[in-house]
Amino acid sequence: MRMRGRRIVGGYAEGRALVSLEAISFYGGVDPETGIVTERGHQLEGESVRGRILTFPRGKGSTVGSYIIYRMKKLGTAPAAIINQETEAIIATGCVLAKIPLIDRLEADPIKTLKTGDYIKVYGDDGLIEITQEKS
Amino acid sequence: MEEDMLRGEMGPAVARAMELLVALGEVFEAERLVPIEGAHISGVSYKNLDEAGLEFLEDLAELGAKTRVRATLNPAGMDLDLWREMGIPHGFAERQLRVIQAFQRMGVEATCTCTPYLIGNIPRRGSQIAWAESSAVAFSNSVLGARTNRESGPSALASSITGRTPLYGYRIEENRRPGAVVEVEAELKGHLDYSALGYHIGRILGSSVPYIRGIPRADADSLKSLAAASATSGGIALFHVEGVTPEADRFGEEDLKGLERITVEDGDLEEAVSSLSRGVEDPVLCLGCPHCSLEEIWEAARLLRGRRLRGRLWIFTSRGVYREAERRGYIHTILEAGGRVFRDTCMVVAPLKEMGWREIVTDSCKAAHYASSMGLKTRLEPLKGMVEEASS
Repeated sequence: MRMRGRRIVGGYAEGRALVSLEAISFYGGVDPETGIVTERGHQLEGESVRGRILTFPRGKGSTVGSYIIYRMKKLGTAPAAIINQETEAIIATGCVLAKIPLIDRLEADPIKTLKTGDYIKVYGDDGLIEITQEKS
Repeated sequence: MEEDMLRGEMGPAVARAMELLVALGEVFEAERLVPIEGAHISGVSYKNLDEAGLEFLEDLAELGAKTRVRATLNPAGMDLDLWREMGIPHGFAERQLRVIQAFQRMGVEATCTCTPYLIGNIPRRGSQIAWAESSAVAFSNSVLGARTNRESGPSALASSITGRTPLYGYRIEENRRPGAVVEVEAELKGHLDYSALGYHIGRILGSSVPYIRGIPRADADSLKSLAAASATSGGIALFHVEGVTPEADRFGEEDLKGLERITVEDGDLEEAVSSLSRGVEDPVLCLGCPHCSLEEIWEAARLLRGRRLRGRLWIFTSRGVYREAERRGYIHTILEAGGRVFRDTCMVVAPLKEMGWREIVTDSCKAAHYASSMGLKTRLEPLKGMVEEASS
């Protein structure tokens, strides 16, 4: 299945989806050294975002989060791509700085349509994603 | 020209900065980029930047980034000369100085103040600027009539490197119209009252554009307090004060009809103050959020003359104001009474916990708000009360 959205940051990436129904704060909410979500009580607490197609509604928290995304990319702990319902400046800034493909406003709600574990190809330049359901 | 920048014909740093502005333009559905006349950049204290931010700034400086318009800098986490006296750990100081050097290599003036408009970075009325630092954004939009959105550190820096910003939000005439009417019935006696008014308005109105009535004689320092507090509790980037701020008289009854209306009474201000006040035993008294103006330092010196402080009183200001205050003897008077004056930093961005601070008393709702979110106990008190309580 293919879905179209709005291209914010281009580039190609593929990997397994990690889907969160809750907003994510990279500053204080994710450990840049390991890529593990550390925010207490967060749906993804303990999960690693490293190499994943990280899918969540939007960013939240401090604007320093943008720099955290940049640092994670340098350390190799960043997500491969980010898909948001409706993105905002913190995530957009971080993805530009780190060169991580970012797409939002997909034709179907990504946090309901995508399932954690789905294999996803992200064509950032075209604002397009391709989903392969849960394959081994 | 913008296309050239994006393609990298003006170097990799300009291309990165342009990519960021284009992406943000996409997010906010801006039609195009417009030129800016100046920038003010936040994200300077190592306490907030951490290794991630320091690395980014050094990488960008290494790529050859240079500012194309005048750019000033927000406060750092310490006085760049007197950090030892502030009790700043050595490792922190070393990294903080690297942050400042990275900015300087890019051509940013190391003003290290949240009040650039008090030291000569005064945008023209109607000019497009890219300012980060929420209090300075609210002040420049509202009191100076310049045009900026609430930029982040990276977006203000990118704008200073390209001389461009995406056209949306408060840059567009139509979006500067009032969104709510605030009738002030409370009596405003000093800066703390204006700060409490701003804190209350921000909490209730979020990120609307308030049209404020009933404070016809507000001076610049009062508006500075109001701007800082309203940008802290809410996301207020622009307000109009009837009879005071430059764009207020463009709006008449017709424009205000049908808008949400709130009335602010004495009790609302008391509530704002008490929400940030706890019992404290051995606090540091802090002034200078936003950074003190020359008048505010004079006021502190006047109150302290001939007194002797029992506890600690720390005053924060910019280097520009400090120099003039020193020339006029105000700094000497404050030091003689046992107070301290630091430049380049403040109680919001200094690493208070690492400095061993547990409690502060201040006259700024913004400072109390952030100190309390860092886990410190806070109490709000007007300057006069603070000095009288702490001295003999």
